[in-house]
Amino acid sequence: MENTAVKKSKGSDFLGKLLRQQLFIPVAALLILAIFNLIADPSFFKITLGYSSAGQPVLSGYLITILDYGSELAILAIGMTLVTAASGGQDISVGATIAIAGSVILRVLCGTDSRPETLQTSFLVAFLVACVVSMLFGAFNGILVAYFKIQPMVATLILYTAGRSIAAWINNNELPIISDPTFAYFGGFIPGIPIPTPFFIAMACVIVIALVLKFTNLGLYTQAVGINEKSSRLNGINPKFIKFLSFVILGLCVAVVGLIKVSRLSSINYSVIAKDIEMDAILAVALGGNALSGGKFNMAASILGAYVIQFLTTTLYKFDVQSDALPAYKAVVVILLVVLSAPSVRQKLSGLGKKLRVKEVA
Amino acid sequence: MSNKAILEMKHINKSFPGVRALQDVDFTLCGGEIHALMGENGAGKSTLIKVLTGVYEKDDGQIFVEGNDKEVSIRSPQDAQRLGISTVYQEITLCPNLSVAENMYIGRTENVYQNWKKINADADKLLKSLDIPAKATQQLASCSIAVQQMVAIARAVDMDCKVLILDEPTSSLDEQEVEKLFALMRDLKARGVGIIFVTHFLDQVYEVCDKITVLRDGKLVGQYEIKDLPRVKLVAKMLGKELDDMSDIRSEQEPYQGKDASDTVFEAHGLYSDTGIKPFDFYIKKGEVNGFTGLLGSGRSECVRAIFGADHVLGGTVKKDGKEVKITKPIDAMKNGIAYLPEDRKNDGIIGDLSVRENIIFAMQVLRGFFRPLSKAEANKYAEEYIKLLDIKTASADTPIKSLSGGNQQKVILARWLLTHPDYLILDEPTRGIDIGTKIDIQKLVLKLASEGMSVTFISSETDEMLRTCSRLVVMRDRKVVGELSGEDLTQNKIMSTIAGGEN
Repeated sequence: MENTAVKKSKGSDFLGKLLRQQLFIPVAALLILAIFNLIADPSFFKITLGYSSAGQPVLSGYLITILDYGSELAILAIGMTLVTAASGGQDISVGATIAIAGSVILRVLCGTDSRPETLQTSFLVAFLVACVVSMLFGAFNGILVAYFKIQPMVATLILYTAGRSIAAWINNNELPIISDPTFAYFGGFIPGIPIPTPFFIAMACVIVIALVLKFTNLGLYTQAVGINEKSSRLNGINPKFIKFLSFVILGLCVAVVGLIKVSRLSSINYSVIAKDIEMDAILAVALGGNALSGGKFNMAASILGAYVIQFLTTTLYKFDVQSDALPAYKAVVVILLVVLSAPSVRQKLSGLGKKLRVKEVA
Repeated sequence: MSNKAILEMKHINKSFPGVRALQDVDFTLCGGEIHALMGENGAGKSTLIKVLTGVYEKDDGQIFVEGNDKEVSIRSPQDAQRLGISTVYQEITLCPNLSVAENMYIGRTENVYQNWKKINADADKLLKSLDIPAKATQQLASCSIAVQQMVAIARAVDMDCKVLILDEPTSSLDEQEVEKLFALMRDLKARGVGIIFVTHFLDQVYEVCDKITVLRDGKLVGQYEIKDLPRVKLVAKMLGKELDDMSDIRSEQEPYQGKDASDTVFEAHGLYSDTGIKPFDFYIKKGEVNGFTGLLGSGRSECVRAIFGADHVLGGTVKKDGKEVKITKPIDAMKNGIAYLPEDRKNDGIIGDLSVRENIIFAMQVLRGFFRPLSKAEANKYAEEYIKLLDIKTASADTPIKSLSGGNQQKVILARWLLTHPDYLILDEPTRGIDIGTKIDIQKLVLKLASEGMSVTFISSETDEMLRTCSRLVVMRDRKVVGELSGEDLTQNKIMSTIAGGEN
């Protein structure tokens, strides 16, 4: 509705308004990446319908990969956005806590036997246990940040360092393998559905958070606490609890990603699983145009940002960038995006736009 | 006194999206004069100052500064400083953790190597010559706000400033401190510095200024010699109307002088918090307007904060409508129908990045609870209703509150609390730093609310404002309640003598 009204006005006005839109950054980044791929190698966009080893129809192609792995990031971005908005900092322990969550799932399913014939319990129970454990670890981070007023990055550094060891300890450093093929559905394909399951899980999470934001005051409280903690308190909010809550919600997101991650392998590798994923999740928030210093946020932009980050990663892989070199390439792109989205730069850009418009008139 | 002009601004124009903040404004400042810049909020005072200091770039117009033949262009605060234009803002913009001398010379030395001995000596000399009671090596934070402000002025003086802008310098100072500041201003005036003085206090204008320039709605009303413009006329010029509103307020005062023995809405016994206030007793009746008065730092804000549970309450009992209740945090007070508009609007009141709408519905939303958000339509309805009711000037309900002028921000906060329909409303300095028009609006509103049965505690540093609105005053000195005045005792002199203490 708003868009059509804008289009009617002058083109340069349209550009100015667009630049101020928060969704502009991730959408523009996505377009640039898409156009780059289109020019460099259009086959990037090819999607083929093949058959999996089990004889099921599955879609494959780079776009599907993006959809698949981007979904993990999107789920994390939901929690990370809330943490960022409320606390003005980021949780860098999510990769390590994903390892913990995954390890818990395997431990509950397998018991002490690392090659079980039959599983100890249902997937649901295992997942719920993982949720509780993840939320407890989130609560640990939240207590440090909210009640002990430790910088979020410093507070979460503890689990960042210790998390993977805890994950290994949960399974006595063994690597349990689950032979039940249905366990692979969560990170792979459900028979008969050619779209990867993580995408559906992510969409479910998106719907849940959308409903939560609509039917509770989570969004308003989180933003208010991030913008002005003192004022929020004087209006009857408990800012500490809101910060704490954001970390617990992120914990829940971590459990969901943990399930996807262990399902992909039907096993776990403590030192590699979800490595560096926290950086991508934080970048998704930043790419969504959300201030990393907290305050106002746009959840849709963060989620889109997550898929854009994955788009970037996949593009780099496509062009045979070594996985060791990947972060360096990513960094360049990230610098560009973050600088472009910095308020001072945007101000200059819009000033430039204004000058161009004046010239047009003259 | 009538020196030649050292600063001339001609036909200045400046627009922001949707607002023409300055339209064709002229301003002339002579050396050795103190020139008051007056106007209501939104009149364009701050915009003019910001254009002059390079914070904003003007759209149109010319600025001439003595010593430059041609028009000068000021694009950044550095440009302004080079031209000898310095500003001391309402909020101290120095670094409290550095020493006085460091603050005076920071960013101004060119060598990597600093001769701190010499700098300290220079600073001491300058401070002494300006009669500022501070030592060069003292940490700035250990000085009072007034002295900090003077240090900022000393810094400006040392940069050879020809034009010194003082933006609301007195709003957080007590009387003696203001006197000291004025002495310093007079001293600088004698040295030929042109001073632009922005303030809301009429008394102060008439005490130190030589000329007055009045702005209204972004336009120049006129420039006057102080002797040609009596107070009444000045106020009239600022408001753009005659002074009916003021007399209005006075006549409304009558019904509230007497009080009947109606129900006590709120009472406190031996209440005290961790801010150092002595335990105090307090009560307020239905439809009553009372107030806490005392000098700055006497503990009047701390008292109401204790009532609202804003500070950590250490002891005492409180009763609401005769029933004993526990108030340990703001939400407890809110649930008991108590609302509190805090003194520090910027840090405690507004939620800057949120829209006017969200700021208005905020407290009500919190009271309704986490799982019962207002629908967009409801929120809009309430916001529009109160924007209209309180005449809040905003582009739309979606505008971030931080882009509103101070007076309008205050109205939004007021709207926020009125929306919760409290039976006891606490207003802590609701009129500080806002224009006369809004001030009168708020005073009238307080009286109207009381007549409808709301109990209001009103705190203001302007005694005449308190006299106009309150029927009973609790007087404080040194964080202790020292007296209570009502009826015939409620006069300026009586308040003064109670505050001062000693025999009457």
